[in-house]
Amino acid sequence: MLLDMSDSKRVLLSGDEAVALAALHAGVALGTGYPGTPSTEILESFSEIGGRAQWAPNEKVALEVALGVAFAGARAMATMKHVGLNVAADPLFTAAYTGVTGALIVVSADDPGMASSQNEQDNRHYAVAAGVPMLEPSDSQEAYDFALRAVEISERWRIPVLLRLTTRVCHSRTVVHPRPANPPPRTPFFERDIRGRVMIPAYARLAGRRLRQKLSEIQAWNETCPLNRVVAGNGSLGIITSGIAYMHVREAAPEASVLKLGMTYPLPVEKIRAFAAGVNRCLVIEEGDPYLADAIRAAGIKVESQPEMYRFGELSVARVRRILAGDTSPEPSPIPGKPPQLCPGCSHRNVFEALHKLDCIVAGDIGCYTLGVLPPFEAMDSCVCMGASIGVGLGLRHVLPPEQARRVVSVIGDSTFVHSGITGLVEMVYNPPPTGHVILILDNSTTAMTGHQEHPGTGRTLEHEPTGKVSFEELGRSLGLENVFVSDPSADPGKFERLLQDCLANNQLNLIIARRPCLLIAGKIKEYERAANQTCTAALGEPE
Amino acid sequence: MNDGVINIVTAGLGGQGVLKASDIVADVAFRSGLDVKQSELHGMSQRGGSVSSDVRFGREVFSPMVPSGVADYLVVIAPDQIEVNRHQLRPGGMLIAPDAVDPAKLTNKKSFNVALLGVLSRHLDFPEAVWLEAIRAAFPDKLRAANVQAFALGRKAV
Repeated sequence: MLLDMSDSKRVLLSGDEAVALAALHAGVALGTGYPGTPSTEILESFSEIGGRAQWAPNEKVALEVALGVAFAGARAMATMKHVGLNVAADPLFTAAYTGVTGALIVVSADDPGMASSQNEQDNRHYAVAAGVPMLEPSDSQEAYDFALRAVEISERWRIPVLLRLTTRVCHSRTVVHPRPANPPPRTPFFERDIRGRVMIPAYARLAGRRLRQKLSEIQAWNETCPLNRVVAGNGSLGIITSGIAYMHVREAAPEASVLKLGMTYPLPVEKIRAFAAGVNRCLVIEEGDPYLADAIRAAGIKVESQPEMYRFGELSVARVRRILAGDTSPEPSPIPGKPPQLCPGCSHRNVFEALHKLDCIVAGDIGCYTLGVLPPFEAMDSCVCMGASIGVGLGLRHVLPPEQARRVVSVIGDSTFVHSGITGLVEMVYNPPPTGHVILILDNSTTAMTGHQEHPGTGRTLEHEPTGKVSFEELGRSLGLENVFVSDPSADPGKFERLLQDCLANNQLNLIIARRPCLLIAGKIKEYERAANQTCTAALGEPE
Repeated sequence: MNDGVINIVTAGLGGQGVLKASDIVADVAFRSGLDVKQSELHGMSQRGGSVSSDVRFGREVFSPMVPSGVADYLVVIAPDQIEVNRHQLRPGGMLIAPDAVDPAKLTNKKSFNVALLGVLSRHLDFPEAVWLEAIRAAFPDKLRAANVQAFALGRKAV
């Protein structure tokens, strides 16, 4: 059904699935990324419908691989959640300088309201800071259309394009009419372009100027391009908006004139100026930071913006009505539901029981195990970003008085360790604290929190096929660590607790791998292994 | 604005099939040629916490989220989630609570979510055949019969 391209066909897709379908129709040669809510389903769906998709160890690597694909003249897509773009920011900023030969779409899925994130950062600022065009869809149809457009813009101006989604766009299912596909991509071919792609200062100075020239051309194009449109209203109230906020605005203010911006960097300033001049009262309504309002005011256009209280959390029809009414009274707080918790029988429970009992100071990390912060364990003292458990734990160890320092443990999941923990492990070996340290990898053999994705430590690809496998214990030993332990915390909780206690007391560097597959996925892992063995047997032929 | 749009909220706990039930409702409206929007939040909800999903359908739907106090129907799978979600209903809106169906009569207890859809189906203007198509499309072969049975049970229960 998904592959049917005729105009009469309609499909009900999430924003993530719509981006995947567009990637397929656009001839994207490779999609790569790191799992992160709400972006994860893009690559899973792309793989399911026949696209080539890979999980990378982290977003930086994903974007670099995608850049290589685009240097080779093919079309590439890198997907990540908002905080993932922080990790990938290094290649992003300079990829804007080098530009691309094929197409490079960077999908950033932001999480206003923090349904499943550690912060509420608004990645529209990245488009400005890096100097890459940005498209903001408001539903699945636009997610599909804008992804196709992003490929066109990327190829036409040879520049990476940021496709900025938000949770409600990613995870809402709405009707999509697939359109005729983009012209087919060129056959990948290496054309040398040393001055264009080798960013030594002499060449980068020229590249920076080329980038600004491209952006100025794109801005001129954006003034009249169909990505931005006006919904005519009665002329007294005008609203400038983008993304999901557009939908809430249409429902809350059906009589208003609306300028719906699809391409929000570089902004179509003259179009905005003309719109604002044509209405009595012009208001900017946007989810997150006052990105549009600040930019529009900086261009000397008089607009009202929403009160500060509405920059926090998601917008909704009710909140837009309050904004329109100038209502800044306290909002009713939602009735609290049941919070999530570690599954009954999860081996993380045994670990956090031990950490709690030994009164450890726990530098935590991002994953299911972050739930160890909640009662009854309350055994986590910090959680900042992917991999921070190790650096933060080491920092605490360096300066705390010895009796406190000896209680510090860095707790990190397997996928998170691959993502950003390996450099932390190297730091521990290179700059050991006086009291030693304990790194505890909670290895449940999957990226559990985001829905059980594979990673380099599982030895299986995105499609659950066998591939190279990173061994954490071998990695630790190769760095010269002598105290490397593998333990199943559920098999013998008492033994695990004693191991942890010994490590805390020994003043040395310790790597403990608490290994037990996530119970939600243990059965599936056995299936993957059985399938892999069968393929292997078939390839070798039946024994005579 | 949003004239004739029907708003349905499905709520329960992670693992109860809240999203699956909501998917089926959206699919029924979609198969009937209507504009449909369905909104749900994944992520932390997978660990046994509160989950809810909104479905809105009609001639043209804007926001994917059902505004508080506007739901025409509230389908709740977990008894302790009724009070958490009751504010979603409009005055005169209908609560379909878990006691609407006797779980002992189900072939497969996991199909309780679909049984409650059977109850809901009596109040919506879609042919039974479309519901059955959507249910069959939503499950693998081995789970179809149990879910069709659950749906029939709920539809009769009204």
